[in-house]
Amino acid sequence: MSTATLDLPPAVPAESRVTYLNATYGIKSWLLTKDHKRIGLLYLATITIMFMFGGLAAFFMRLHLIEPQGALVEPETYNKLFTIHGIIMVFFFLVPSIPATLGNFCIPLMIGARDVAFPKLNLLSWYVFVTGCLLALVAIFSGGVDTGWTFYTPYSSTYSHTAVTWMAMGIFIAGFSSILTGLNFVVTIHKMRAPGMTWFRLPLFIWAMYATSIIFILGTPVIAITLFLLALERTLHVGIFDPALGGDPLLFQHMFWFYSHPAVYIMILPGMGVVSELITAFSRKKIFGYSFVAFSSIAIAVISFIVWGHHMFVTGQSIYAGLIFSVLSFLVAIPSAVKVFNWTATLYKGSISYDAPMLYALGFIGLFTMGGLTGLFLASLATDVHLNGTYFVVAHFHYIMVGGAVMAYLGGIHFWWPKITGRMYPDLWARIAAALIFLGFNLTFFPQFVMGYMGMPRRYAVYPAEFQVLNVLSSAGASILAVGYAIPLIYLFWSMRYGPIAPQNPWGAKGLEWEAAPTPPPTENFDVMPVVTEDAYNYQPLKGAHHSV
Amino acid sequence: MHEHGTQEHGQHSEVIVPVRVYVLTFIALLVLTAATTGVAYIDLGVFNTVVALAIAVIKMLLVILFFMHVKYHKGLTRIAIICAFFWLGIMMTLTLSDELTRTWEMNPSPWSVIVAHIPHLARLLF
Amino acid sequence: MSDAALSHEAHAHPPGFAHQFETIEQQREAGQLGMWLFLMTEILFFGGMFTAYTVYRSLHLPAFEAGSRDILEVQFGATNTAVLICSSLTMAMAIHSAHTGKKKGVTMMWLILTMILGLTFLGIKLRFEWYEDYIHHVVPGFGFQYRPEWASLGSQMGQVQMFMCFYFFMTGLHALHMVVGIGILTVLLIMTARNKFSPDYVAPLEISGLYWHFVDIVWIFLFPLLYLIGGRYPH
Repeated sequence: MSTATLDLPPAVPAESRVTYLNATYGIKSWLLTKDHKRIGLLYLATITIMFMFGGLAAFFMRLHLIEPQGALVEPETYNKLFTIHGIIMVFFFLVPSIPATLGNFCIPLMIGARDVAFPKLNLLSWYVFVTGCLLALVAIFSGGVDTGWTFYTPYSSTYSHTAVTWMAMGIFIAGFSSILTGLNFVVTIHKMRAPGMTWFRLPLFIWAMYATSIIFILGTPVIAITLFLLALERTLHVGIFDPALGGDPLLFQHMFWFYSHPAVYIMILPGMGVVSELITAFSRKKIFGYSFVAFSSIAIAVISFIVWGHHMFVTGQSIYAGLIFSVLSFLVAIPSAVKVFNWTATLYKGSISYDAPMLYALGFIGLFTMGGLTGLFLASLATDVHLNGTYFVVAHFHYIMVGGAVMAYLGGIHFWWPKITGRMYPDLWARIAAALIFLGFNLTFFPQFVMGYMGMPRRYAVYPAEFQVLNVLSSAGASILAVGYAIPLIYLFWSMRYGPIAPQNPWGAKGLEWEAAPTPPPTENFDVMPVVTEDAYNYQPLKGAHHSV
Repeated sequence: MHEHGTQEHGQHSEVIVPVRVYVLTFIALLVLTAATTGVAYIDLGVFNTVVALAIAVIKMLLVILFFMHVKYHKGLTRIAIICAFFWLGIMMTLTLSDELTRTWEMNPSPWSVIVAHIPHLARLLF
Repeated sequence: MSDAALSHEAHAHPPGFAHQFETIEQQREAGQLGMWLFLMTEILFFGGMFTAYTVYRSLHLPAFEAGSRDILEVQFGATNTAVLICSSLTMAMAIHSAHTGKKKGVTMMWLILTMILGLTFLGIKLRFEWYEDYIHHVVPGFGFQYRPEWASLGSQMGQVQMFMCFYFFMTGLHALHMVVGIGILTVLLIMTARNKFSPDYVAPLEISGLYWHFVDIVWIFLFPLLYLIGGRYPH
């Protein structure tokens, strides 16, 4: 166990101290809180609920697909299932996941601040997010949406008779919430760092969150205006995007993807930030190439805005635009690769321990790399013609979103769980769950690469019989994955009441949130405002540990 | 004394802009508005658009620099504004790179079909 | 005693000070940066519509010109531009007066003038433009009727309605922002009446001013792009 050889102060029972959890009691003290830590937990609860809705849709989809002619639902219903799965998972789970939960909780602690710059705006962002979620649920329960999460026109603007406008409004409002969050983070990171915390001493999680916030600010307004125009078009029966009325459906796609491609980087960058924290903590080693990793976060955020046309190679987009977007899409792979190299180099000759957070981080590196590499086939014009619209694309983005982002999210939740709750979770169950998730994930999505390459289209409720074996494998994997997700839900809840009390720094990790703030922190985060005198990840070799430096 | 951290400071010193500056900016804006309105009545071909946009940009800069005090704030504010416009430029440029370079013909618009059914217009067209 | 507690005693709490900050200067800078970041999002928000407008205008210029020339009236657009420019001046003067310690009545007067100018803008737009457009059947989605003089556009005639879509959506979104701005001004008026502002603390006025000037800038672009593209010279 990594803590055995560390000199740590004895655990002070959380009940005997005033922490942010017990400083005030009652539902009003939570619903009207200005404490970024409590707001992070409010978000955690909300997105967990939304994840269950999105997961339920996926569950029905995979169940339906075990039979070539469909085992469960009508095709029209199937269309609604994949639409709702996509919308909820993208807009109401992944986009807010790490930023609104771990970001809100950890950023002030990591930079040595008492709170974010605008705490009331922070609380407002949560209420705005909940409003968006409620509108989305209204859309789902009043008949659903069947346009695909991409809302392509003119089907979504003219022909679909489902609750498109309600859903568009829900996403619009949830987007406003992410703008407020991003704005808060940028100002906090610029203006509220502790004395001595220069930009290049910041933890890489902060760099990743800063880059993510740039995307929030510059990209989200465009999806907002796009969905706003879509709603107007549907309501007034005019034709901004409808070719029968003189509009251009590709214009919708340009505006939609201008946000939605950077959005996928909103979903992965925070995960990369978490992985940087986990790899360093559990190899007890300074990150290899700090400034390269920091700048690559910014580079990913910037380049992410100039590649969106790779979603439109086969739509009738001009071939010249296609050429430009293809080249730029290759470019965006470079900073991601830099990070993978640097994490791997950090592991080399590190003192590695395989706690659950580290298992998630290692899983991330492998699965994100696979997802990223398969993206290159899609960025290349000729191969994309064959692969677009097939399960290859589905597998590609699930490797990144689930194999990458969700695993990083779970790794981060486990890593900071002691800091958040003051309790430890059961280590064995955590590792079992991590392994099950890794296995279930690969069984679900690897067959999808194969079936996609072989030509099975995505978003189809029925398929030729030759694909059945692969589909059944995929559905079997999905059931294992579901079990894997259920286990942490259970033991994390359990640990809040019955878990062992955590010491201040159970992992012996570097960072202000571990070394300068109590576990769990008081409302004002620090008893004594810290002053920073060393670089990030300044790990010293363990006393008596066998090491070669 | 507890110093307030390592954030950027000193770039927003509390500047009080003299009223004279505001009034001059105001007059310049009105003059430019009259100018742009007047030029619209003169045939400059494609330069009508160029001049109109140029005047609009100058007016915007006057508002940003003097009414919004950006002339007196260095650094981060200017970077933020430039970034926003640059990103807008990315969206416009790359979208237009597609919209304006397509080599396929749009199918004849059904407008001709719709118009054909409106009597007094159909008479004019067909 | 902790450093944090010491610093609390060392600073007398200035008006409006928020405790997550160390100094009022830090708070002021944070507020300014926050508003500028919000304005960045507004640039991209309106920018999306400007992009769509640019695409359709590039592809269908004659129809857009016809819509602008035949439907929109320059005198209202130009008057409204002047009205908004005046309102930016009065807004700047309101901040100036609070900053230089004038009596609160002076600041309130400037704020009220700004509000009146804003309402004038909206009044002109609603009564002389939108209402007139409605009764002359040029509002898309509300009985839009094509005029014979547009028949020469042939199959592009539908783009005149597209132009009017953009006219209403863009000026409508702008008007919505004006309404919010007037709401903010009302709040500022009440705060001024309650003596919340002083030469040391004008932050809410400053950042609201930034918002108001931004809304003015959007109109500065809307005016030529909507009203003045019609080739209003004799053909």
